[in-house]
Amino acid sequence: MDIFDFSEGREGYYGEYGGVFLPEILHATIEELLVCFRECKADPKFWQDYVALLQNYSGRPTPVTHLENLSRKLGGAQIYVKRDDLNHTGSHKINNVMGQGLLCQRLGKSKVIAETGAGQHGFATATMAARFGFDCKIYMGAVDVARQRPNVFWMENLGATVIAVQDGQKTLKDAINECMRDWVTNMADTHYILGTACGPHPFPEMVSWFQSIIGLEAREQIIKQTGRLPDRVYACVGGGSNAMGIFQGFFNDDNVELIGCEAGGQGVGSYMHAARLAYDDATVGVAQGFKTYFLQNAEGNMNETHSVAAGLDYIGINPIFSYLWEQGKVRFEAATDVEVKEILKLVMRTEGLIPALESTHAFVTAIKEAPTMGKDEIILINQSGRGDKDIFTIADALDDAKWKAFIEGKADQYRKERQ
Amino acid sequence: MGLQHYIAERKKSKDLLVMAHVVCGYPSFAENLQELEIMAEAGVDLVELQFPFSEPSADGPLFVHANEQSLKAGTTVDQCFEFMKLISERFDFKVLMMGYYNTAFKMGEARFVQRIKESGGVGYILPDLPVEESGNLHRLSAEAGIEPIILMTPTSTDRRLAQLGAASRGMVYVVARKGVTGSKTSMGDDVVALIARCRQHTDLPMGVGFGISCKADMDFLRGHADLAIVGTAALKIWQESGAEGLRRFFAELMA
Repeated sequence: MDIFDFSEGREGYYGEYGGVFLPEILHATIEELLVCFRECKADPKFWQDYVALLQNYSGRPTPVTHLENLSRKLGGAQIYVKRDDLNHTGSHKINNVMGQGLLCQRLGKSKVIAETGAGQHGFATATMAARFGFDCKIYMGAVDVARQRPNVFWMENLGATVIAVQDGQKTLKDAINECMRDWVTNMADTHYILGTACGPHPFPEMVSWFQSIIGLEAREQIIKQTGRLPDRVYACVGGGSNAMGIFQGFFNDDNVELIGCEAGGQGVGSYMHAARLAYDDATVGVAQGFKTYFLQNAEGNMNETHSVAAGLDYIGINPIFSYLWEQGKVRFEAATDVEVKEILKLVMRTEGLIPALESTHAFVTAIKEAPTMGKDEIILINQSGRGDKDIFTIADALDDAKWKAFIEGKADQYRKERQ
Repeated sequence: MGLQHYIAERKKSKDLLVMAHVVCGYPSFAENLQELEIMAEAGVDLVELQFPFSEPSADGPLFVHANEQSLKAGTTVDQCFEFMKLISERFDFKVLMMGYYNTAFKMGEARFVQRIKESGGVGYILPDLPVEESGNLHRLSAEAGIEPIILMTPTSTDRRLAQLGAASRGMVYVVARKGVTGSKTSMGDDVVALIARCRQHTDLPMGVGFGISCKADMDFLRGHADLAIVGTAALKIWQESGAEGLRRFFAELMA
């Protein structure tokens, strides 16, 4: 199956989803990007350079770890984890960003802009920009800036300018709108590093291509370790880039079931979630440059979304998944905030792993299903990010009293120093 | 009477027409009506009625805020169409729907065109709908006699302009510069060259917009463009100095 082998006149479409819905002023820029991307994709040297860069800079290939304790405890399938959390900057986001950095060099542009929600993609982009010598601006919703200071701190120290977006809900989608506004003005010397497999074509294809390195590695590794393919592969889905990354390794393996895990937030019927496909609340629409399932009202205005994991807290899902879901190729489930907090504790205690809150959504669904599977069956989970660097968010989520006391003490200390 | 013909008629008595803009429900429909009365008195020829959208990514800060506040106040698509009907019956100027494609997509393209027609509108501007995606909507529009207004821009290649020109109906909206709505455009040789380049690809009347804010801009455009499109500047004046200010602004602009 090659979902990127578009039929005549349907370039950028996955079934009825995807496309390019942008202001006319960006037409030439998107064309230029598409031409450059096609050249890169057709050039084996480009991919070699990309892989070498990630090996030498980000620690790829990331390992696959067998969770023996957890598997034993659950008494069902053998659980394996692809460790993309071990990347430099702590998540799979660096893959896409490094790839687009190389592409930006080919485009001959000197400036990059990016949106960020939790700050992971902004952090990765700032890192890449420092390494490549690009001028870097990160747009981040004001609400996210307020709750993700550690990531803002690193972005700024890496030399990026972080702009707090005050429009709309002041979160990820508003940061994307603001990037678009920057891009329609500065496209001549600026490349927009979109962080997930959403937005107008060719972004869904391009981000998926860079992230496919996860699945390429994982397939080979799991076969090497277990002698066979996994029965089920789980990944969390916000925009969907890490899930596209690992799933692509198994698209041609008919007996491997692929499960996308969305943010269930406060649960079914709460309207405080970001589950576009697992719940029934989303409908097809066109926004932010593409057509897909969005959490929106009957008139097409976007609804508020919620998740304990900022990286999953997004109105739309990548168009490729809308199509694959309809085709029955990918199953979608949701994990609630409450479940995520419980399972994070379990994974930490049982295996000494600290998945990001986002990635923990995949663990929730896998851990629910593992006991119903046979001991000879194999589960692979993509741990797309690590949680230890999000200590503020996780300590909050776990409502840790000692942490709070520490922060109060720290605040007192700063206050005294200022007096 | 089609838009092209309407513009030609109006141009018999003045050399540069004006298209103005209001965001439905911002600050309120009542204030929209006051603004439009002033615009009508001043002799504005066309009005774009913006239907608010939650993700107005082609708009600048002032209109972004207006979209957001209008939705917060509960503005619905139904109300916008009712308002369109009201003003197209009350005033002489022609009315266009302006907004984002999702508004049309969610109600269905056929219904969208039908509702514009029923509400007395003559066309629409959907800045995030490229011509590649417009086939069906343009066909439905042609059947209903509703005109899709296409944007030509400074980054459009000649090949692209030819494509845009071929798809245009009624009039063409020339975007004077890069960027979003609302910032100042320095009117100069670039704009003249752009208009000339667009002119090679269409015989339709041309409106020039993005950053038109004063009489000097109007004087500059005279002889080059058929319409001056005034958006953000008028809303800014309304917010700063109310009805009196807006009356003065249009009187000066159209003197």
